[in-house]
This record gives sequence, structure tokens and C-alpha cells, in this order.
Amino acid sequence: MSRAHYSIFSVLRESLRGHTGWGPAWREAEPKPDYDVVIVGGGGHGLATAFYLAKHHGPLRIAVLEKGWIGGGNVGRNTTIVRSNYLLPGNIPFYELSMQLWEGLEHELNYNAMVSQRGVLNLYHSDGQRDAFARRGNAMRLHGVDAELLDQAAVRKMVPFLNFENGRFPIHGGLLQRRGGTVRHDAVAWGYARAADRLGVDIIQNCEVKGFKREGDRIVGVETTRGYIGAKKVGMAVAGSSSRVAAMAGLRLPIESHVLQAFVSESIKPFIDGVVTFGAGHFYISQSDKGGLVFGGDLDGYNSYAQRGNLPVVEDVLEGGMALMPRIGRVRMLRHWGGIMDMSMDGSPIIDHTPVSGLYINAGWCYGGFKATPASGFCFAHLIAHDQPHAVAKAYRLDRFATGHAIDEKGMGPHPNLH
Amino acid sequence: MRIACPYCGERSLDEFLYSGDATVKRPDFASPTAANEFVSYTYERSNPPGMHRELWYHSAGCHAWLVVTRGIATHAITSVEVARDVALNEKPATKDSI
Ligand SMILES: Cc1cc2nc3c(=O)[nH]c(=O)nc-3n(C[C@H](O)[C@H](O)[C@H](O)COP(=O)(O)OP(=O)(O)OC[C@H]3O[C@@H](n4cnc5c(N)ncnc54)[C@H](O)[C@@H]3O)c2cc1C
Ligand SMILES: [Zn+2]
Repeated sequence: MSRAHYSIFSVLRESLRGHTGWGPAWREAEPKPDYDVVIVGGGGHGLATAFYLAKHHGPLRIAVLEKGWIGGGNVGRNTTIVRSNYLLPGNIPFYELSMQLWEGLEHELNYNAMVSQRGVLNLYHSDGQRDAFARRGNAMRLHGVDAELLDQAAVRKMVPFLNFENGRFPIHGGLLQRRGGTVRHDAVAWGYARAADRLGVDIIQNCEVKGFKREGDRIVGVETTRGYIGAKKVGMAVAGSSSRVAAMAGLRLPIESHVLQAFVSESIKPFIDGVVTFGAGHFYISQSDKGGLVFGGDLDGYNSYAQRGNLPVVEDVLEGGMALMPRIGRVRMLRHWGGIMDMSMDGSPIIDHTPVSGLYINAGWCYGGFKATPASGFCFAHLIAHDQPHAVAKAYRLDRFATGHAIDEKGMGPHPNLH
Repeated sequence: MRIACPYCGERSLDEFLYSGDATVKRPDFASPTAANEFVSYTYERSNPPGMHRELWYHSAGCHAWLVVTRGIATHAITSVEVARDVALNEKPATKDSI
């Protein structure tokens, strides 16, 4: 019963039986002595990788090793925004593949991930910013991605309650991606976990990888808190812990770990339809289906593994919110939290081989890796299976910093806290 | 988190700018392996989970560069030094460097 197909009929049947027959969504797997592929990290990216490996590259014996529980990392801490409004050629096709995978995800996984293409609207506040957004929109459209440049009147129609005539930061218009939106974050983790499990993947929780075992230059397995597990290939997808895990294999990464905070208010009636971002400070907001306003802003800006931030950023984010939409000032905050981001030196991710043969790396997702989850898993699975990068991820090389091919969307240079 | 600037006393975080790992050292450009060393200096970081020595700039205060030693998992600061003193201690003073 536990691995039943979810459908309108199963919902009806269970509602007649008092929902007693659902059972767990995936097995409680025990580690086997060895696997063809071991994925380290049971976040969105690790689970998606395992799913696409099993679906497109099998038959393979695959395990996902997670030190905590599924959904406990950034995949369950983010603000759920998905979009493909990038500027640079190294990024656009990758994020657009991700968007297309989101569009078919619920059917593919047989899981309601609440994919909601409610639109992402980035506001501009000056002529210079409008020009930059026009350029970005054009770059997107040249790659076949939807983008619309709106003037002030069009934005007023969509979100009439913004502070348009703010003396310092008047709102002149916005760049809209209608296909962007939000996806229920933990449902993504659970959906991939369940779908991977149904294809035979072992999902092993409370299993921390403590070291790699090598023979010569090759990885042959991992040491874990649940014993040694052999592996022909190992893929690491541990987000904020990337430097720590890579250090076990003797690697130093172009990554710093930083804390990003997010906030949610009490539930209120439907108020904001889509995602709105403030272009003069750093503030973005959407409303969850439960009614809470979900919002955030900048990184705290210093190295951290603490999963909690400091008050200056709380103040800065709330000031941004008040400048953009003063009416949220009466809403009470419910909670806020932090997650540890793997901030790369150019703000773009890495999906590549490592210098250690048999060890593959998926890292550097910064604060934008949730939207990338499907394509990241898809391309990482391709890399692990074929030892060749997927066409849309070939720019995400580990050695791009040394060869001068950094992918710096924001033009900030090697300062992870500024990307 | 508050930083005790040796000149200004304990101040709020929003008076400071962060500039990352203070232990990376600019390589000698004349070294035969300079290209690789500069890649490592510019891009690669140890990003340790324990104690971290890092540069902060007191931008809304006295404009001093500081070397702060801080626990990355706890945010607890154990020492704040003036970066100039740290640099002078590391490089023994010679006549022409003064
Ligand atoms: C506050 C916040 C808001 C965000 N908002 C957005 C957003 O709106 N849109 C967006 O696109 N992105 C957003 N992100 C970024 C996004 O959440 C991350 O980039 C993405 O989730 C990272 O990939 P993951 O899901 O695989 O990470 P995680 O869920 O963190 O998975 C990594 C897993 O590895 C495990 N692990 C670590 N070390 C080991 C080990 N040694 N052995 C075994 N397992 C280990 C961890 O326990 C963890 O479960 C946000 C992040 C935060 C914190
Ligand atoms: Zn000072």
C-alpha cells in the first residue's frame, strides 16, 4: 500500500477509510555493502540526481546518504521562488531547462509539488535600471524564454498597492516572467524521494559521510556514521557543506559558506498574487497558499555555518519591505530562520568532475539553487552516467576560475558575499 | 554579533564591511608558479567550520582594517586586532619598509 499511485481514486478511497491506508512515502532503507552510485546529501539536488539516474540511466544500484533527515537542509528552508530570468549564455539554457522540468514535474513524479506559475516581477526604479532590465529581457527572449518589460501603468494594474511615488525610489516599471512563480519546497524533496524510492533507490537518513576511501587516485567508497559503503562513483550534492565534504577528498573549493535569512508573517487574506522584488534595495516577497507573506533580502555577508543570522539584516529587509509596500507594516511577523549557502566566487554553480577520479561535484548554488533543482539533478545524473557534461551545463566547470571563464551575472568579482 | 573595534569600542555589525579570509596571502608575482598561486589566492578558500581569521573594515567608524577571529558555527568572536599590526608582526620590519 505504501507505494501506491496517487490519484483522485486513491484520495477518494482513503477519504472513505479515514486516511488509514496511506503508509510511508518511501522505504526506510538499510545501507547495503556497496552501490554503483552513492549520492552524498539528501537535499533537493541529491534526490533529483538519484531520481534521474534511476529513470534515464539505469539499471543502477543507487543510494542517497543524508546526514540528517530528508528536507532538513536548504531545500526545506528556501523561499520557494522559481524563475529562469538570467542574463548570461552559460546560465540561461540551464535555468530554462529547469523551468521546463518544473512544468512537467508533478506528472513525472506523481506528486503534488504545488508548482504555481504566478509570475515573477522585478521592479526598476531608474532609467539605468530599466535599460539593464531591457537587456536582460532581450537576452532571455533570444534564448526562447518569456520576458515582458512593463511600464509603470502596467505594474500599477498588477500590484496597485505599491509605493509608486516613493521620493527616493519611485517605481518606473518592471521585468515580468509570467512562467516564473513558486513551488512548495519540501514537497519537492518528498516528491523526488518517493519517486526515486519507487525506482529502487535506497534513501538512507541519519547517515553522515565522514570520509572517502581511495585506491590510488580513485574513490572506492565512503566512510559513514553507519559504516563503510563501497561505491563505483560518488556524487556530492551537499550545498552549504560543500567545502567540508570536499576537504575530506583533499580539495579546496572556490566557495564560502554564508547565512541567508528568510521571514514569514501571520496568515492574511489573499493579497499578493505573484512574486515581487524591490530593485532599489534587496527585498522580495510572495504569499504562500496558507496566507503567510514569505520574504527575504540580502545575505548576512560573513562566513557562517550557524543556520541563524543577525539583526542588522532583519532591519534592512524590513526597511526594504516598508519602502516598497508600506501596508505590510501592520502585519505581524511569525518567524524567521537562516540557511547556509554555498556561495561561489562568481555566483554561479559547479557541476563537474573533480580531480579525484570517481568523485563528482554539484555545488556553488548560492541563494538561488532551489529553482535549479530539477535541471541540477538532470545534468548531474547525465555527468555521472556518461562522464560527459550535459550540453546545458558545460559552462559549470570547476576549473573555470583558473581559465578565466567565470560566469558572473552580477559583475561583482570574486567576492562571494556580494553575489 | 557586535565587533569590539580596538579604537571605537563595541559597535553594531552594520558599521562594518566584510572582506573575507585574512589568511590568504598575495603570492610573489615573480615566482615560476605564480599563475597557479594567484588562482588559489583569488578564488580558493578553506572555508573552515571552526575558527576563522577574517578581514573587517570599520567603514562607518574609524576606517581601520581589522583582523577578527571568530567561530564560524557559533559567531563568537575571540579576538579583534588591527590589520596593520598583524601585517607588521608577520613581516619583520626592515629599514626600507618603515
Ligand atoms: C533562506 C533561504 C532562501 C532561499 N530562497 C531561494 C529561492 O527563493 N529560490 C531559489 O531558487 N533558491 C533559494 N534558496 C537556495 C536553495 O534553497 C539552495 O540553493 C538549494 O536548496 C541547495 O540544494 P539542496 O536542496 O540540495 O540543499 P540541501 O537541502 O541543503 O541539501 C544538502 C544536504 O546535504 C546533507 N549533508 C551535508 N553534509 C553531509 C555529509 N557529510 N553526509 C551526508 N549528508 C550531508 C545536508 O544535511 C543536507 O540535507 C534559498 C536558501 C535559503 C537558505
Ligand atoms: Zn573603529
